[in-house]
Parts: sequence; C-alpha cells; structure tokens
Amino acid sequence: MNSSTILPAGTRLDVRHLSTFFDTDEGLIRSVADVSFSIRPGKTTALVGESGSGKSVTSLTLMRLLSRTASTQVSGEAMFTNRAGQTVDLLSLPEAEMRRIRGNEIAMIFQEPMTSLNPVFTVGEQIAESVRLHMGLDRTAALAHALRMLELVEIPAAKQRLHEYPHQLSGGMRQRVMIALAMACNPTLLIADEPTTALDVTIQAQILELMRRLQAETGMSILFITHNLGVVAHHADDVAVMYAGRIVEAAPVRELFAQPRHPYTQGLLACLPAQQRKRELATGQTGAKRRLYAIRGQVSSPLAPPPGCAFEPRCDLAIPPCRDAMPALLAAGPTRAARCIRVEETATATVETA
Amino acid sequence: MKIPLTLKKLFRRRIVLAAGICLLIVVAVALLANVVSGYDPNDTAVRERLSAPTAKHLLGTDELGRDLFARIAFGARYSLTIAALTAIGSIVLGTLFGLVAGFFRRLDAPIMRVVDAMMSFPDILLAIALVAILGPSMLNVVFALVLVYTPRVARVVRASTLVVRELLFVEAARAVGVSTGRILLRHILPNLMSPILVQASFIFAYAILAEAALSFLGVGVPPEIPTWGTMVAGSQQYAHEALWIVLFPGLAIILTALSLQLLGDGVRDLLDPRLKKSM
Repeated sequence: MNSSTILPAGTRLDVRHLSTFFDTDEGLIRSVADVSFSIRPGKTTALVGESGSGKSVTSLTLMRLLSRTASTQVSGEAMFTNRAGQTVDLLSLPEAEMRRIRGNEIAMIFQEPMTSLNPVFTVGEQIAESVRLHMGLDRTAALAHALRMLELVEIPAAKQRLHEYPHQLSGGMRQRVMIALAMACNPTLLIADEPTTALDVTIQAQILELMRRLQAETGMSILFITHNLGVVAHHADDVAVMYAGRIVEAAPVRELFAQPRHPYTQGLLACLPAQQRKRELATGQTGAKRRLYAIRGQVSSPLAPPPGCAFEPRCDLAIPPCRDAMPALLAAGPTRAARCIRVEETATATVETA
Repeated sequence: MKIPLTLKKLFRRRIVLAAGICLLIVVAVALLANVVSGYDPNDTAVRERLSAPTAKHLLGTDELGRDLFARIAFGARYSLTIAALTAIGSIVLGTLFGLVAGFFRRLDAPIMRVVDAMMSFPDILLAIALVAILGPSMLNVVFALVLVYTPRVARVVRASTLVVRELLFVEAARAVGVSTGRILLRHILPNLMSPILVQASFIFAYAILAEAALSFLGVGVPPEIPTWGTMVAGSQQYAHEALWIVLFPGLAIILTALSLQLLGDGVRDLLDPRLKKSM
C-alpha cells in the first residue's frame, strides 16, 4: 500500500477523468464527473457511496454497457491492462474488441441474483454460453467446464444443479451461479456491483468469503461497488468514496477508516452505531441515550447542483469559500486525497466536533 | 423433458380436453379425407342432389349431388392449411417486426406507426381489398390474411420485448460479451414464447373464420376448391329447402374455431403465472 494509487505503473485498470453525461428532457445531467482511480493487480478497490452517487454508472460506463439509446456522453479514459500485458483504453475500443473483453477479461456480477439469470435456460447452459463464446469450447466441453465452475463456487450437488433452472435455486445459490458465470473465463478484473445487497447477512458473508478465496487463487482484481462500509473495511484494499458523481476521498482502506479526511466520509462513518458506541466509551458517556449521528439534508439535485462544493449545503465544516468553487481532489498525505478545501484541518476537526 | 406434465396440466380442465379432442378429430379427418369420406368431393350425382342425411350420404348432398361429408373432410384440408399457413406466416413476420421494434428503440416508432395504420382498417375489409387486387387463389388468401394478422402479433411481441429487454439478465448477457443478435434470439425470444403461442392459437381460429367469410363473400379461394367457406357460400340459396347444406360446414367452422380458442385460452392460463393459482 504505497504510492501505487497515484502511479499508474503496475495497475490493472487506471481510470482518468471519467465523466458520464445523460442527455435528458430536463437537460444534460452529469452523473459521473471527473472520476479517477486505479485498481492494482490482485487487489480490491471499493467504490463507496449512497444511491445515485454514480457508482453503478461508473461501472457500466467502464463496461460500455450504458444503453445506446439513453443519449449518453462519456469522456476521459480507462486504461486496462489485459492478460497479455497490453494496455487498451476501454472507452475508445471498437465494440467488437470490447465484446471480447466482456466476460473474458472483465466480468461482472450484479446486485439482483433473482433477475440476472435467464429464466428459460438451465444454469449450466448459461455458464457454458460464456465459455463457448470466449474459449471456443464445444457444447460438451463447455458444460464440463460449467460443472467445474459450479464446484469452484461450492455449490452442493453441482452435477444436478447444472441442469436446473434459475427459479429452482435460492438467492444465495443464484449469486454463486452468477459468480461461477463471471469466473468461467478466468477474468483479470471482476466488477462486483453490490453483489451482496440483496442477500441476507449470513449468505452475504459466505459470498464475500468466496470472492476473497477466488481472488487469492486467481490473482484477479476486483472493483467492488457498495454502500456497505463494513464490507469495505473487511474486503477492500483501496477505497474511493463517491458523492454526487465525484470522488470526494480516495485512500488505502486502513487510512480511510482510521482517519477519514473528507467531511462526508467522516459523516458516513459517524453514522455507524459501532462508531457511536466507541465514542461514548471514550468520552465516558455510556448509558445515556443519544441520537445516532445523521448527515443533515439531502443530496442535491443533479439538475441544480450547488455553486461550489457539492457537499457544502450538508457539511458541518462548511465555510463561506466552500460556496465559491468545486474544490479539487487535494492530497491529504502521500497515498490519499480528499476533495475539501479544509483538508489540512480535517485531521483534527471532524463533523462531530463541529 | 417436462412436456407430458405440461400437457397433463393443460388438459386437466375438461373444456380444454374436449377442445383438444375435437381438434384432433378435425385434423385426423383432414389428413385421412380420402380414406374416411368414400366419395370424391367433386363427384356430382344429379339424381341424388339435395339428399338429406342418409346411410349412403352421412351428411347428405348438396345442390349438385356432391357428398357433404367428403366435401367437409376435404374442405378441412384446405381450411386448416390456409389457417395454418396464415398463423405461421403472421407469427414469423409479426415476431420479427415486434422484436425489432421493441428492442431497437430507433426503429420502434416507424414500425409501430405502420402497424397502427394497418390495424386501423377493419380486418375483413383489408383482406377483401387485398384479395380483390391480387385475384382469388389460395395463396393470395393466405397472403392477405398474413398481412391482416401480422400487425396484431407485432404489437403483442413488441410489448413483451419491451418488458424482457429491461430485465437484468439481458444486461448480464451483454456483460458476458454476447452479441446483440444472439441476445435477441437466444435470450429474449425464448422468453416471449408464451404470448407468441397464445397468439398463434387465436390467429389460427380467426383465420378459419376469415377464410370462410372471404369465400362466402366471393373473394376467397376459387369456388371449385372445397373449403368450408366456399361450401356455405355456394349453397346458401338452397338453405331454406336443405338446411344441412349450410348447417354442417357451418358447424365444422364453429366447432374448429371454438376449439382453437378454448385451447388458446388454456395455453394462456397455463403459461400466465398470475392465473396459475386459480387453476
């Protein structure tokens, strides 16, 4: 965990100044704005943020899966280093090349395991499809490979499950199938878009453990998109916190949790009940019933963004200059950055002390 | 496979079972027309003209002494063939247009406006106009009916495509690197099978009625070809003295169309998960 978050050398994916606009009837909406981050080989980078912060749009932009009819405009670059060591820009690649990358070099798993499998095909056929497309195996060999994948993701009675339809499987089982499908061509980068959000907590832990094991075995990188800070703390190496389409803080996971430097990150962490209890113990205020910290206000509308810092209207540390301009992502140490003009002070001043 | 179980479920309702048996008989009679009828459908026996049903002529004879049962049996061939070709043609075309319109949003408006325009004509009127232009022949009747029913199928398929294309597994397939054509054919189309099957059964029934109507109005198949429609049309002026001449072909039309509709209903209920509980 050194300077690799800043230096592009030895990165799997290096995203620079990525912006995604949607042309809607109400006007041009900037859904993702000037997002830069990188993912190291074999490591996990987490994109954290609340609903509508642009996490999923970022991942869909990278995969070029945004619907062509949604009138999107994308700028920036996403340099991806494939298995062979060649670096390509995902955003400018021809569609045919991109299709060779999808499912093969970069795989994706989705939030909703209930709907991300086709109801009219057996799970074996669906895994086999990807294998046949990218590895050129015939039907029998592809099904045999699919069986191995089901075994890899620890599905009991895999041989029988191979010929079952999605509706015959539970949610956790389906997410395992999705992971098997994603892992089928041994991808170098796995994009996991809230893979455990729809699952209950015990299954969540199993799925995360499975992903961690597969990462250790295959050396793939993971882009982990989530709003669950607990999951981030346990499973990510680097974290980028998004707010209103921008990265507001980027740091190695330990540093971020030990000392959040952006008021939004501070607010998010302060919302956790465990953090609250820790504070109470530290200050000796146990027993007294206190309200949990909550970030006040609401996310501003993307159609009418505040003039300066997007978080300023909700920020407890806001000062008048915050309203003047969107702050740059300022270095807050050798390996981290925060989008706050008071970043020098946030090491000591926090939203709770304000 | 599961097909026997599905069939068992389908025929658990007695009315659907009756419809199925009825259709089976009609199809069997059509296929074995020369075996079961015992007469050539165009053989005239003037001395036995307008004979009421007897042991010799099971359903009687028409104004030229042709055996009605033979004509109905052979008519079943033509009527069912026309209906089947119409159903297949309009399902294929309608599915193609509906799928494309529903999936490629840019083509949606152009295709659907043409569909709307075609649907704004009354069915029979459009078919009459088409056959009048093309001239009466079996293929032209099929062609006209396909043009009439394609828009209906296109509408239903488009609506279902709009739903299915937004489902996550389509995006997941894309994320696996599946091409657009493959997504349409392998991922979306199989999910549309139930509405398409139901449409097919209804169109089959409509086509039998429409062919009969066209022939009755004299713009269908040429009168020398025995279809149920030409039979009713050709013999109508004798109906008051020999009711059976129009009664039996009419009954054949009604029974077949009704059976098909009932079967279509049964298939729809079976495939519609919302209705499953009430069964």
